[in-house]
Amino acid sequence: MDNIELTASDQAMLDGQEGPATQMAMRILVRMLPVFGAQRLMDVSAAHIDSSVYMGPATMEYAERLAELGARVRVPSTLNVAGVDEHGWSEWSVPADVADGAIRQMRAYEKMGCIQTWTCAPYQTEHRPTFGQQIAAGESNAICFFNSVIGARTARYPDLLDICAAITGRVPAAGLHLDEGRHGTVRVDLVGVPQRLQEADSFWPVLGILLGKVSGDGVPVVTGIDVQPTDDNQKAVCAGAASSGAVALYHMVGITPEAPDEATAFGGKAPPRVVKVGMDELRAVWREMSAVRPADGGSGVMPAGSTGVITARPAANAAAPGGGLDMVLLGSPHFSIDEFRRLAELVEDRKRHDKVQFLITCSRSVRMLAEYGGFMAPIEAFGAKITVDTCPLTSPMLSEKIGTIMTNSAKYSYYSPGLLGTGVVYGSLEDCVESAVAGSVVRDESLWEAA
Amino acid sequence: MHNGNGENARSGTGSDSVTHKSTVFRGQAVVPGVAAGEALVSAEPLSFWGGYSGQTGEIIDRRHPLSGRNAAGKILVLPFTRGSSTTTAIFLEAVRAGVAPAGIVTDRPDVFLTLASIVADEMYGRPVPIVAIGGDDFRALASARELRIDQNILSVIY
Repeated sequence: MDNIELTASDQAMLDGQEGPATQMAMRILVRMLPVFGAQRLMDVSAAHIDSSVYMGPATMEYAERLAELGARVRVPSTLNVAGVDEHGWSEWSVPADVADGAIRQMRAYEKMGCIQTWTCAPYQTEHRPTFGQQIAAGESNAICFFNSVIGARTARYPDLLDICAAITGRVPAAGLHLDEGRHGTVRVDLVGVPQRLQEADSFWPVLGILLGKVSGDGVPVVTGIDVQPTDDNQKAVCAGAASSGAVALYHMVGITPEAPDEATAFGGKAPPRVVKVGMDELRAVWREMSAVRPADGGSGVMPAGSTGVITARPAANAAAPGGGLDMVLLGSPHFSIDEFRRLAELVEDRKRHDKVQFLITCSRSVRMLAEYGGFMAPIEAFGAKITVDTCPLTSPMLSEKIGTIMTNSAKYSYYSPGLLGTGVVYGSLEDCVESAVAGSVVRDESLWEAA
Repeated sequence: MHNGNGENARSGTGSDSVTHKSTVFRGQAVVPGVAAGEALVSAEPLSFWGGYSGQTGEIIDRRHPLSGRNAAGKILVLPFTRGSSTTTAIFLEAVRAGVAPAGIVTDRPDVFLTLASIVADEMYGRPVPIVAIGGDDFRALASARELRIDQNILSVIY
């Protein structure tokens, strides 16, 4: 650690002058400096804490250790999802010991002074950061959105480190915090992608998964987008690209704030690599986003299952049109007020099939807005349920009877087979509603068919 | 850090009369320590969240080549981690539950695995040794049978 330069204030924290919690947080940060390729720390003015996710007794003990040592966050710090819906978990299959641990962990982060947003879409709250703001964020989709869509600056902070940054207000000065770390590493040219597909919401999650596959942990610069994506479209790209790859920042030429033109996105240099993507590649990803239940018996491990239960689930009939369906699952990342508005229009005066559950995950504040906006009444009349604070990927809430789910989310599509042991069908929001009404998979595939 | 400096040697394996080829690489001791065990090697990056069971040590990403294998107590060789920032939390659960890998070899220093090991040290006094070896040396591990990590030295038995 010869090359590390700490300020007097950093050193004081490291020496324990700001208390034992700050000392522990600073010690962890300093030990991490070499891996970030940094020699010094720098200030951040906000944080988003993904350490809130309960994964078992160890994550709870970490939170309680910091809280007991007197930790307080130094910058406004929003909270990512928790391990349970604090007030709704008992309606689901959540083991009581998991709920107990997850709620203890929630209390610990509240005690440290974090803002109780409990959402994986913090950029759709009043706490959205601003262009150029230096922040420390966990949660892969949020990291990608902050950097790419807003132009705020955060590295890919792992769980357990984001809270150290919030407690000290410091992060390693490296990577995406600095201008040179934000230049493109690969140009991804969309070629021959019809505008009518780009205008469909179901295009963007597929683009996201594809971006993650071709970019790895690089910074893709996308050309060939002919429409103006919405925040929800970009949210879907982030969720996909941060699931199939480690994309923390992408640029869309002429669309995202740091890419007014290609030259700026690449920092004035030539693209190191160029990848051309057409309908063949997109269609292949779209197909992969539907999968029958894992063939080995579906040994999906429940996400926060401190019990270590391996679940065996019933076989899916088929992840295909006409196939059996147990649940429609929406809201990863958490559903926005716009998405609630669209869904309310689609389900008005309709009723889901008795055999198909319909679950939407969102934040407490968006649920409240949807109620005020009058969107929740038709959705609840349709037979949908709402879960806040968390989602089935981070809370062991789904019954083992759920064999196949249908979703419009890149993230639910990508992770459900491994985390939940379910089959999955990817479709548009309209497809999801039609399928829930019909009781089996209904999909309009015309946008994806070969020309 | 060196690349392509494998020092080939012949070594016996005790009671077994068969001789195995062994090689020594020098890397970067990202988290210093000593560990040895059966090698579990993949060139594919892994997300521990959705990819590794913190309760059993099984690799549960059904798209990953190591799907179904158990990494508890083994030396896990991965180029780097991808996907979720929750990888560190799962790793910490695995350490607490006693089902973490005994040691880890990466292509380049990996922030997520390193943090998990450092926090495991802070919380439980049980850091998992991690060594990073780059490029050609990393690819040479594809057929490794057993691995031993000693600070920045990686010994490979094929």
